[in-house]
Amino acid sequence: MQTPIRVLVAKPGLDGHDRGAKIIARALRDAGMEVIYTGLRQTPEMIVNAALQEDVQVIGLSILSGAHNAIVPRVLALLREHDMSDVKVILGGIVPDEDAEALKKQGVAAVFQPGASLDAIVQFIRTAVTV
Amino acid sequence: MKTAERQFTSISGVPIEPLYGPEALSGVDAAAPGDFPYTRGIHRDMYRGKLWTMRQFSGFATPEETNRRYHYLLAQGQTGLSVAFDLPTLMGYDADQAMAAGEVGKCGAPISSLEDMEILFRGIPLGDVTVSMTINSPASVLWAMYLAVAEQQGVDWARLSGTLQNDILKEYIAQKEYIFPPRPSMRLVTDTIEFAAQRVPRFNPISISGYHIREAGSTAVQELAFTLRDGMEYADWAMERGMAIDEFAPRLSFFFNAHSDFFEEIAKYRAARKIWATVMRDRYGAKSERSLKLRFHAQTAGCSLTWQQPYNNVVRTTLQAMAAVLGGAQSLHTNSLDEAYALPSEHAVTIALRTQQVLAYESGVAATPDPLGGSYFLEKLTLETERAANGYIRQIDEMGGMIAAIEAGFPQTEIADASYRYQREVEAQERTVVGVNRFQSEDQPIELLQIDEGSARHQERKLAALRARRDNQRVITALDALKRAAEGTENTMPYLVDAVRAYATLGEICDSLRGVFGTYQETTRL
Repeated sequence: MQTPIRVLVAKPGLDGHDRGAKIIARALRDAGMEVIYTGLRQTPEMIVNAALQEDVQVIGLSILSGAHNAIVPRVLALLREHDMSDVKVILGGIVPDEDAEALKKQGVAAVFQPGASLDAIVQFIRTAVTV
Repeated sequence: MKTAERQFTSISGVPIEPLYGPEALSGVDAAAPGDFPYTRGIHRDMYRGKLWTMRQFSGFATPEETNRRYHYLLAQGQTGLSVAFDLPTLMGYDADQAMAAGEVGKCGAPISSLEDMEILFRGIPLGDVTVSMTINSPASVLWAMYLAVAEQQGVDWARLSGTLQNDILKEYIAQKEYIFPPRPSMRLVTDTIEFAAQRVPRFNPISISGYHIREAGSTAVQELAFTLRDGMEYADWAMERGMAIDEFAPRLSFFFNAHSDFFEEIAKYRAARKIWATVMRDRYGAKSERSLKLRFHAQTAGCSLTWQQPYNNVVRTTLQAMAAVLGGAQSLHTNSLDEAYALPSEHAVTIALRTQQVLAYESGVAATPDPLGGSYFLEKLTLETERAANGYIRQIDEMGGMIAAIEAGFPQTEIADASYRYQREVEAQERTVVGVNRFQSEDQPIELLQIDEGSARHQERKLAALRARRDNQRVITALDALKRAAEGTENTMPYLVDAVRAYATLGEICDSLRGVFGTYQETTRL
């Protein structure tokens, strides 16, 4: 059996709406992945540190507050600083199309907007990590 | 799927029978609207006497822009105001604090000082318009600012009417915008309930909220049960403070979700009134009729809005709003079609307000109280909802009350389980979400409200000017007095009012209280 994929699900910023993050964390766990959920109000520094400590292959960020343009680039920069650019960053939440495109250009592997299926997210991670 | 194989359940998973008949009415409470236990409504004449208050939740970018939106909404026939604060404000941070970066004005209006509150209500007579404020952890600070603005306008606090959300328990349970640990938070809430009873008697110091519990994924019964049990927790604390139930219970108000399952929602509101009236009379010995009557605001379900085919959201909102009206709501917010994307544009919020006006003036649903009373199906659902909610309430009583239940993670886990179950059903196409997992089509782009970082810079400049201009010695003195009051057992409200009058900022005040009370971190359970 393969070693399970390790995923950090993180909720950055001030927003406390964690329904989506918790559903995703459970779905990934049910799909056989090892999931670490950071809990609320994590700074980019805390998230990257947790990713380093937990040796994850994927970081899933859940942002619903509109603060993604302030938070995500900082996470990407910290990953580069720590030589962790191989960690895939995926983003879920209320992210307008144009912001999603811009963030993907900066290095986000995928952006999942409202209505995205759990299955699509699971499949994306499996593909992205095996490649 | 063949009919025989299909499961008919409500959106909360309650099984629905193939047919309801006269036997469903046994045990039904047929007391007239306005009579105990108020299942059919709290007034004999309901909307014939007074329509519900049309109160659109609103706030974005800056206090200046939000003030302009308020004037617009009032000009369009809205009958009350409802303030949305941004995340830094909800978390007790000033717009120029590091934790506020990227969040200023994004989800509501940034209010860091009395100056911002003055701008927010410029040209709005607080003696005439009722204002609801969605603020929880730092609620008493923002209320103090509101009272100070009223004072500047020459409005006697005794005439001031409105609502403070101030429901911290549902923050630990669902929305998670908490600052301090539960017990000091409950003390601050009790301070406001006491202060309202003594000094601002027409103001609702709390709006006990199921809305966010439901948005976090709960069932209708969980929303109802956890909310009412929260209400009892506040009543217990106020009585422990030495207040008599009838001194404060008439000013406890409620806030429920108006979700998509039409009959289940109406049953929920009817059961809510019945349970609360019974609890107030039998558990608390309330004598005043006003203590027994559950008054509530409703908001249509934000979580039901879809990003796909956003115009369908107008239809969803209409049905949900109609359920709230048929359920006897005292005030109502209707969501805008674009709210799966952003805060609403002026165009979208106008349609949402017009939806309420169409319901009120064209549909006929406001012509007689509880028009669905006596429906076999609805009456049965009302009884079942009541029974299931009472089961949860007993369970929480046995755990030692809501704070003990929260500390044990009980409501949080119940909600997370329900939310995951629902999502799995959508995923498996056992539940249809039109435009999302069935009937998909190409989306038409819609025009959205944009909030840029200019709002944050504007707020930062104002704060810097304020800090340079104000009497900083007076601020320090007021904050010291507040800290001493917080360390002791005095009511903190008078000290908060003094601090905001000196233009101490929200962040400064909350930092002072953080120093006394500490902060809260939840133990997350998946």
